[in-house]
Parts: sequence; structure tokens; C-alpha cells
Amino acid sequence: MSKNVKVNIEYLTRVEGHGNIVVNVKNGKLEECRLEIVESPRFFEGMLRDRSIFEAQHITSRICGICACGHTLASIQAAEDAIGFKPSQQTIKLRKFLLHQENLDSHLLHIYLLVAPDLLGVKSFVPLIDTHNKVVRRALRMKKNCNDVCDILVGRHVHPISAIVGGFTKLPKKKDLDEMLSILLDMRADMDATVELAKTLKFPDFKRETEYVGLISDGDEYPMLEGDMVGSTDGLRMDKYDYRKITNEFVVPHSTAKHAKANRESYMVGALARLNLNFDKLHPKAKEVASQLGFKPISYNSFLNTVAQLIECVHSLEESIGILEDLKKNGVNQDEAIVVGLNEKGTIPVKAGIGVGAVEVPRGILFHNYEVDDAGKIINANCVIPTSQNVNSIEQDMKVLVPQVLDKSEEEITLLMEMLVRAYDPCISCSAHFLDVKFVY
Amino acid sequence: MKKPTVAFFDFTCCEGCQLQMANFGETLLEILKIVDVVEFREVMSEKAQDYDIAIIEGSITTPHGVERVKKIRETAKIVIAYGSCATLGGINGMKNKFDLDEIKEYVYKDGAKHFKTIPTQPVHQVIKVDYFIHGCPVYPPEVLKVLKAVIAGMPYNPPDYSVCSECKLNENECLYDKGITCLGPITRAGCNSWCVNNGNICYGCRGMVSNPAKNGQMDILKKHNIPLEWVINKIDMYNKPRELEEDTSNE
Repeated sequence: MSKNVKVNIEYLTRVEGHGNIVVNVKNGKLEECRLEIVESPRFFEGMLRDRSIFEAQHITSRICGICACGHTLASIQAAEDAIGFKPSQQTIKLRKFLLHQENLDSHLLHIYLLVAPDLLGVKSFVPLIDTHNKVVRRALRMKKNCNDVCDILVGRHVHPISAIVGGFTKLPKKKDLDEMLSILLDMRADMDATVELAKTLKFPDFKRETEYVGLISDGDEYPMLEGDMVGSTDGLRMDKYDYRKITNEFVVPHSTAKHAKANRESYMVGALARLNLNFDKLHPKAKEVASQLGFKPISYNSFLNTVAQLIECVHSLEESIGILEDLKKNGVNQDEAIVVGLNEKGTIPVKAGIGVGAVEVPRGILFHNYEVDDAGKIINANCVIPTSQNVNSIEQDMKVLVPQVLDKSEEEITLLMEMLVRAYDPCISCSAHFLDVKFVY
Repeated sequence: MKKPTVAFFDFTCCEGCQLQMANFGETLLEILKIVDVVEFREVMSEKAQDYDIAIIEGSITTPHGVERVKKIRETAKIVIAYGSCATLGGINGMKNKFDLDEIKEYVYKDGAKHFKTIPTQPVHQVIKVDYFIHGCPVYPPEVLKVLKAVIAGMPYNPPDYSVCSECKLNENECLYDKGITCLGPITRAGCNSWCVNNGNICYGCRGMVSNPAKNGQMDILKKHNIPLEWVINKIDMYNKPRELEEDTSNE
């Protein structure tokens, strides 16, 4: 086929952060295909130097407004690992609960506000206010539910306040547990309706065999906050301290997000990767929803990441309810609340060291790595963001997808490329920030 | 009456303040009855050539950003700086402490040459700003207050008294009495002492009051034996770009 295709989308919309897609097809041959990340560089790793390790959570939460709780948890894990602090079982339980809220909140935002408009053939949720008023109201209600739970638990969802190195500055009381539980129990009906809606949506057919990376564990729990190893569908098994051997980050000129590759030309992280690795460990209700939606691991269709997110939403909702019921039964020990500040009072013992946090946040595995001196000052910092790991995978998908759809109109191709990128739910602020689609003749 | 058109723009930031809009829940639909949102890249594909009100999130940190924000000023009748990155420079301002070439190389190594960066500036250091909504993130009740003022054509002056005054009303125990440094005494109120209510310290994300009780603050530090340098370091977490201005008051 001697077709030329040119698509040029500047500042891809309905993604978090700024990016461009450049595709250049000449005489039916794909000459150029890349995802440009033009987000302003943010320099978090540089700025952390000389700050107290007790400020790392506060600062790195600001890497991303959408996954602030995820960054918070990865940062705390790395910091505690560096100074040799072991959190209590209660703290770990509450952190797992917080991570479930983050997963729910972020996935719902993506499914409803960022992806659904494409599948319903409109440009954003705004026209849906008239045509699908109930759906929009449900989306905003569910989003607010997660937000309200986070308000009670950690003060707010965007940049949580009370989750810090050492534990929590404020702990939920009995009435707080009741309130959170009632919100989440009420959410079940909306979740069922969301699953019903998803059954009516048709996702593009696509397949590219690749490697999926995420936390794995020998236990029965679906690993999110902690796992035994970092693993992949190609059989990779690595300790989290060796994360650089997995991510192999490299800089490319067209992206302020670094790129990554493991065993193949690229790998994918996120909900789809987690399901491909740990499907059997999902909550039974989530597995049931997976079967209703016709999802079976391993799936090599990146577009189904959105379906995987919905399955995880069911998992996170049910697990959250379980944790709250458990806390209600056993009570929350209020004496564990701590005030640390800059550790002026030496509340937390500090030693020099290197720590790694590896946490499954909504968009995939997130690594934070700090080196601190014996006064708790940060000497070196490194963060590897899920979207940075996925950018390369998106480009590889585009290279396979473009030649398959050359018979479509330029508009259709553009939309498909946008949908592909959105399926990954890229968080470009995190990875640096930016996305626009340029097909060039 | 025609509804005023509103466009959201993001510069260097985490986009968490935009997300605060989605966190209004169904209240957002009520807001959309009185304004017409014509551009909001994070959640909409629609783009607008013209708008009455520009809500700007993020700091200006690149030459491209400077040009872009100037164009927005030419188009908009009213500009709102939205969130600490836009009103103060915020967290992004911490990079101003470093040599820009050095920090670029630290993060991007050999790739550093591909990227341009300039010292972090809040929006008002580049263009005229009509309304300021401070906070990291913005405090939703204040957002509604400012939007109402804008639509009514009234000015909005952020509180110019300290977070302590709100904190006292909330009956929180003073962190200094627990031996912990807190920026509440010199930070602009308006957040209802959000962080302290939740057991943490005030990080100064709303900027400093224009006339802080300097002697009072020095007395507190002396009483609790806290080095001044600690406090300055804390202030710099959100407020470093203030140094780029001769007049350090924010408006």
C-alpha cells in the first residue's frame, strides 16, 4: 500500500501531563513513530538532596496530584528502609487500606472521565452531562466517595497529611471507621452498575506479545504495598534493591521521561501487568467480574488495561471493606499516633543507609530510592515512575498498531492512537509531564 | 446573561489542584451551571480560542512557558493563579537553590543537554494576576469563595493573618509545645489549619503573611531552642522564588 498518513495532535488531552505523538507513514511504510514527553522537567531527585528524610514524603507526594498517596507510600517505604525503621502491623494495615483507596480513586477517574468519552463517541464528560446524566453523576459520586474516605483517613486525597515516616499522625476513631465503612458499602451498588456499563463498551482488538513486570509474592495476598520480589511474565525474579537492573533507564532526546526496558525491547506495568502476574490472588468477587467481562490472563491487548483497572476496583473495594471490618473488630490502638515533624525530638531512631520502596500504585510499579547520612539528611535520591517504564511500551505498541490500521481514515487512526496512549493511563506529570500526536508525511 | 467562559491551563505542577475540581463530586455540576468550561486538557478534548477567565495552575519554569502564559494573558479578561505552584512557585522553587546546569545533569546525566529550564517563577512574576488561590493543594471552600467573587466582579483578598489564628479556633495543641517546628505563626491562613488538624505541621504552602510577627516568632524559636536556619529551610520548601522579587509581599 502506498499510503501517506499524517496526524498531528499537540498536547494530547484527557491524560495527566503533557505529551505528543509523532507518527510518520510514507508510501505505506512506517518511518517514524514516537511518544514525545514534553512535560517541563521537574528535578525532584535533584531537589531532594540536603532535605531531611522526614520531608521526603511531603515533597515527593507533589510529584503527582493523582497518585499522591502512591508516591507517599513508596517514599515512606524507601525512607523507613534507609533509616532502619520497622512499621507496626497496624500501620501496615492502614497503609494497605490507603493504597486501595488510591487505586480505586485513580482507576475510576481514568475509566469514567478519561476513557469512557472515547467509547461513547464524545470529546469529554461534559456532553455526557446531557446524554448520560446518570453515568456522570455516578462517576462523580464514586470519585467523591474515595475522596471522602481519604479525608477521614489521611486528611485529604490530594497530598495526604497524616501518613508519614513512622506511621500516622492521626488515627481513625470508631466513628471514623463506621463512616468509612458505610461509604464503601454504599459504593457497591455503583460498582455493580459500573461493571454493567463496562459490559456494553467495546474495546479495540489488538495484540502484541510483551513482558509484564510487577511485584510478586509467595503469599496468598495480591501484592500491592509489598511483595517478595519484582517479577515478570518472562520469568524475571529480582530483589527490589536491584530495580535498576530491571528498569535499565535511558534518556532519549524527545522525552523528559526516561525510558525503560528489561528482557525485551520494552515492558509494561500497571493493572494489566498485575493481573497477568497475580490473577489467582484477586478477591473472588473481582475474579467473578473478570469472567463476566470475558477477561482471561495472559492478555496481550493493552487497550484492556482499562478493563483490568475495573477488575482491580472491585478487588480494592472488597479488600478495603474487609480491612475496615477487621479494624472495627480488633480496634485501632490510638497510642500509635505519632508527631515527628523534622524528628526534632528524636522520636524515630535514625542511621545512615540506603533504602528502596517498591509499591504497586495505580499505573504500575513505582520505585523510590534514597541514600541518607547518619543525621537523616538525603544525599541521593532516585524515583522510577510507572509511566516512564510504560512510555517505551506505548511506542512499541504504536509501531505494531499503525501498519494494521492504515486502511482507516486519518481521523480514525488518530483517535485509535490517542485511545492506545490513554489506555495506559499515562501520568506524565509523574514521569516528567506531556503527550501530543503528530503523524507526519 | 451569557455564562462566563472558563479555561484551565497547567504549567509545571502535579495537576493535583485541577483534580480538586473533580473532587467536588456532584457539586461540580452545579458550578457548571454558572460557568461554561471551554478548555480543561486534563479531562476534556475540547479546545478554545477565546475565554473570559483563565485559571492557571503550575509554575513557569521554561522559556516556552513564559511565551505561553503571556498569550493567555492577552486573551483572558481575568487571570486566576491557582495553587501554590502558580501563586508562590511552590515545591518547584526548591530547584532555585541549586545551580541549574548542575541539577539538570544530576537528574538527566548525559541527556541533560536536551532540556531547557529557567529559575522557577510564580505566574505573577511573568504576567499580571487578578486573583490568587493559594494552597498545596487548594482548599475547596476557598476555591468556591474566589469563584463567587470573580463572577460577582468583586475582589478577593486572601487572609493576611496567620494559620495560628485558625488553629487556635480548632483547639489544636500547639506543636511548639511538643518541641516540633511549625510554620503556622508566619503562614497565611485560609486553609482552616488543614494540616495541623490532621496531626501534622504547617509547611507554609500558602505563603507568608505580609507582616509576620518577626519578634514573636524569634521569641518562640529562642524559647524552644530551634535554630533560625531550620525555619528558613522550611520556608524555602514553598517560598524560594520570593527572592526573585524586590518586594516580598505576594500581591
